[in-house]
Amino acid sequence: MSIDRTIVDHVARLARLELSDEERDRFTRQLSALLEYFAKLGELDTEDVEPTSHVIEMANVVREDRSGPCLPREAALADAPEQDGGFFKVPPVIETEPQP
Amino acid sequence: MQTARAWDTRYARGGNLPPLAGLPVAVKDVICTTDFPTTCGSRILDGWVPPYDAYVVTRLREAGAVIIGKTNMDEFAMGSSTENSAFGPTRNPWDVSRVPGGSSGGSAAAVAASLAPVALGTDTGGSIRQPAGFCGIVGLKPTYGRVSRYGLVAFASSLDQIGPMTKTAGDAALLLQVLAGRDVRDSTSADLPVPLYKEALNGGVRKLRIGIAAEAFGEGLQADVRHAVSTASRVLEKQGAELVDVSLPTISYALPTYYLIATSEASTNLARYDGVRYGLRAASTDLYSMYTKTRREGFGPEVKRRIMLGTYALSAGYYEGFFLKAQRARTLVRRDFLHAFERVDLILMPTSPTVPFRLGEKVEDPLQMYLADVYTIPVNLAGLPGISIPCGFADGLPIGLQLIGRPFDEPTVLRAAHAYEQATQWHVRRPPLDGATKPPATRSGTSSAGKPPGKPARRSAKQSRAKRSRAKPRRRS
Repeated sequence: MSIDRTIVDHVARLARLELSDEERDRFTRQLSALLEYFAKLGELDTEDVEPTSHVIEMANVVREDRSGPCLPREAALADAPEQDGGFFKVPPVIETEPQP
Repeated sequence: MQTARAWDTRYARGGNLPPLAGLPVAVKDVICTTDFPTTCGSRILDGWVPPYDAYVVTRLREAGAVIIGKTNMDEFAMGSSTENSAFGPTRNPWDVSRVPGGSSGGSAAAVAASLAPVALGTDTGGSIRQPAGFCGIVGLKPTYGRVSRYGLVAFASSLDQIGPMTKTAGDAALLLQVLAGRDVRDSTSADLPVPLYKEALNGGVRKLRIGIAAEAFGEGLQADVRHAVSTASRVLEKQGAELVDVSLPTISYALPTYYLIATSEASTNLARYDGVRYGLRAASTDLYSMYTKTRREGFGPEVKRRIMLGTYALSAGYYEGFFLKAQRARTLVRRDFLHAFERVDLILMPTSPTVPFRLGEKVEDPLQMYLADVYTIPVNLAGLPGISIPCGFADGLPIGLQLIGRPFDEPTVLRAAHAYEQATQWHVRRPPLDGATKPPATRSGTSSAGKPPGKPARRSAKQSRAKRSRAKPRRRS
């Protein structure tokens, strides 16, 4: 399984991660080596094997639909990098994200 | 100190005391505390003070424990050496040129060096057991679901578990008693009765069937570690346990399985560090570059590497071949263990394939670093309880013995660990604490030459006997 810089750039975009040129080179190299090793899984016959997402047997966990105590607004905002009028404040959202 | 004094006063008055009254506990910095910042070893959470305590922290406080501080760790618990901390590495108290293991390396080193009598760690692929083994202490990863993760900063949610790091199995039992149980705020915490762990300690290992899998003693296992672990299995056999050969044919696939599942889960869990609600925010004029620049500045290299790997494994076109394939392989690994547990009560293997390695030795080669967890990872995939206890030394460096139990059978795991401690004295040994002097060479183990300089002899006659075959001359530097 080989990975090139185009794939690394695509994945970095998906992960919202800006990489330096040095990191792009390094990750291209290291991820290729790791995926080559991980290809070992191909040896396993998993044809009729169910995937495991969780090891505990668990039915749906439900509770009564009643409101309880929750985090006060001031506490939730206490460590916000920027806030305004009781809200988290962020830079403009609309039409700023370049299309993939 | 105030809290501790208050307990002292109450004790002097003869009042009833909760089980951990006045006990100092160090807490891994991935567990939320309202009175200490919780950084996860990351620049992105530098200085962040959580608005609530984790369930385990609340339980500790209710039991009278005093949280004395937070311990260093690999960033977001990703690593096997505690070198991936944004705040600098932790060193191994037995040899400061070596790593303490990871990711709970700070907790392990703190307990080994007696900075705290007990600590909390977390274990996603070995992060309690591997550093416990490297630092010569006891580390218990409970069954998945035994301890609530409410207030634990998530790494890989289908694998993460909180557990005690202590000097003895008895202390681990004491702490687990306080930590374990159902918590409505963590839907994965099991609604099962919590046994009395302390009562389970005694009783020995007579008639206990202990499985040994040849697959866990193969290529890559250091000779000294193999010898110490085999010797430990014979100690248990001598105490009345029956050693049974079992087969775990798929554990060699556990490492790739784990690194695909854990990184995939991590890549989604760490999406929350976006600079919006807490932690670091990089200056920028638009939202997209706020995300990407914040994450570039805030995350270290290993975290970025794992986010990249996990995002890749989950992305369109690769999901089937990587993530789903790994989840199917996970079923096979778990099946192997459950099949073996039809014939045995415990499975014994090394905690790590090697003794602690040198700082910097594996930093540039992620795969070599990942291989440090080859024996601990399968246990997380299968969701089982596992403990690491000290079982010897090679060149003055600790070796860990791993005992793995059936789901929710922590009592048997603790009982066997306690029995082993009664027959040996490895768990009593402590590193020299001047930071420079290394333990002097001992060849026969019968003299007092093995004791740390300036400290009282701690080895009993029994311990000397146990040590005889393992003692080796130590290189002086």
